[in-house]
Amino acid sequence: MIWNSWQVFWAMGGYGLYVWGSFGVTLLCVVAEVGLLRRHRLQVWRRLKRMKSWDIQ
Amino acid sequence: MNLYHYASPSTFYPLAGKLIPWFAALAFLLAIAGLYISFFVAPTDFQQGEGYRIIFIHVPAAWMSMFIYVVMAFWSAIGLAWNTRLSFVMARALAPTGAMFTFVALWTGAFWGKPMWGAWWVWDARLTSELILLFLYVGVMALQAAIDDPRRADRAGALLNLVGVINVPIIYFSVKWWNTLHQGSSVSLTRAPSMAQTMLWGMLIMALAAWMYTIAVALARARTLVLERERQTEWVRAQLEGQP
Repeated sequence: MIWNSWQVFWAMGGYGLYVWGSFGVTLLCVVAEVGLLRRHRLQVWRRLKRMKSWDIQ
Repeated sequence: MNLYHYASPSTFYPLAGKLIPWFAALAFLLAIAGLYISFFVAPTDFQQGEGYRIIFIHVPAAWMSMFIYVVMAFWSAIGLAWNTRLSFVMARALAPTGAMFTFVALWTGAFWGKPMWGAWWVWDARLTSELILLFLYVGVMALQAAIDDPRRADRAGALLNLVGVINVPIIYFSVKWWNTLHQGSSVSLTRAPSMAQTMLWGMLIMALAAWMYTIAVALARARTLVLERERQTEWVRAQLEGQP
């Protein structure tokens, strides 16, 4: 282990803002992309089901 | 193996559905391993201290941003040449993920540039050409969203992708062709990498994780596109009886 404590780990030798600002925003982007993708799929699914039910009538 | 068989949307849809969980799981496991190396195995840099650890995201994201564009242009070319529906779908499915990685490369670059160069941004050839790449991604998405007829939108976007791909070698060689503040590449195909082994491994594993993630997300997006486009067919109507 190269870190003596969690405090030292989060501080990143004084570069904490930059390191965590980079990794944090990347994580946010990935979570947002997957979330938007899922939401869009459900929207499309519901819309297509609705269109299908109109056809039958 | 008959490639045309897999190019049919009705074959692609269930196959992609089966593959996505595997690519997603691989992406997750590789990201965990890569992050572990990034923070707990890779040593402190003698010049940049802990600040250099941004490399483990910055470089894989920058690689992906360029590579996804090339793959997107490849599918665009195939689509234009053979008019295969699924090729256009793949090209479209890749654009948002490519834009995401380009943004991440620019963002992490700014967060690395500030402590090391003293500036969030400089109009240097590498940074500027990468920013143009972001505009190309956003541009093709906006163009295709603005054209109502999907077939015309596909063709217009594909053409833009083929013209835009010229920017990729410009980004790649920008650090050689111009005097840039951005450093040259530390990893190249022609010579030994100029970095510690563990750093290199961390970067490669993170890049592999980004690859698996891209495949999973692009396949998922392509599946939804296929569903929309084939909505008149019997097999999609049958699909809709199940769960999304």
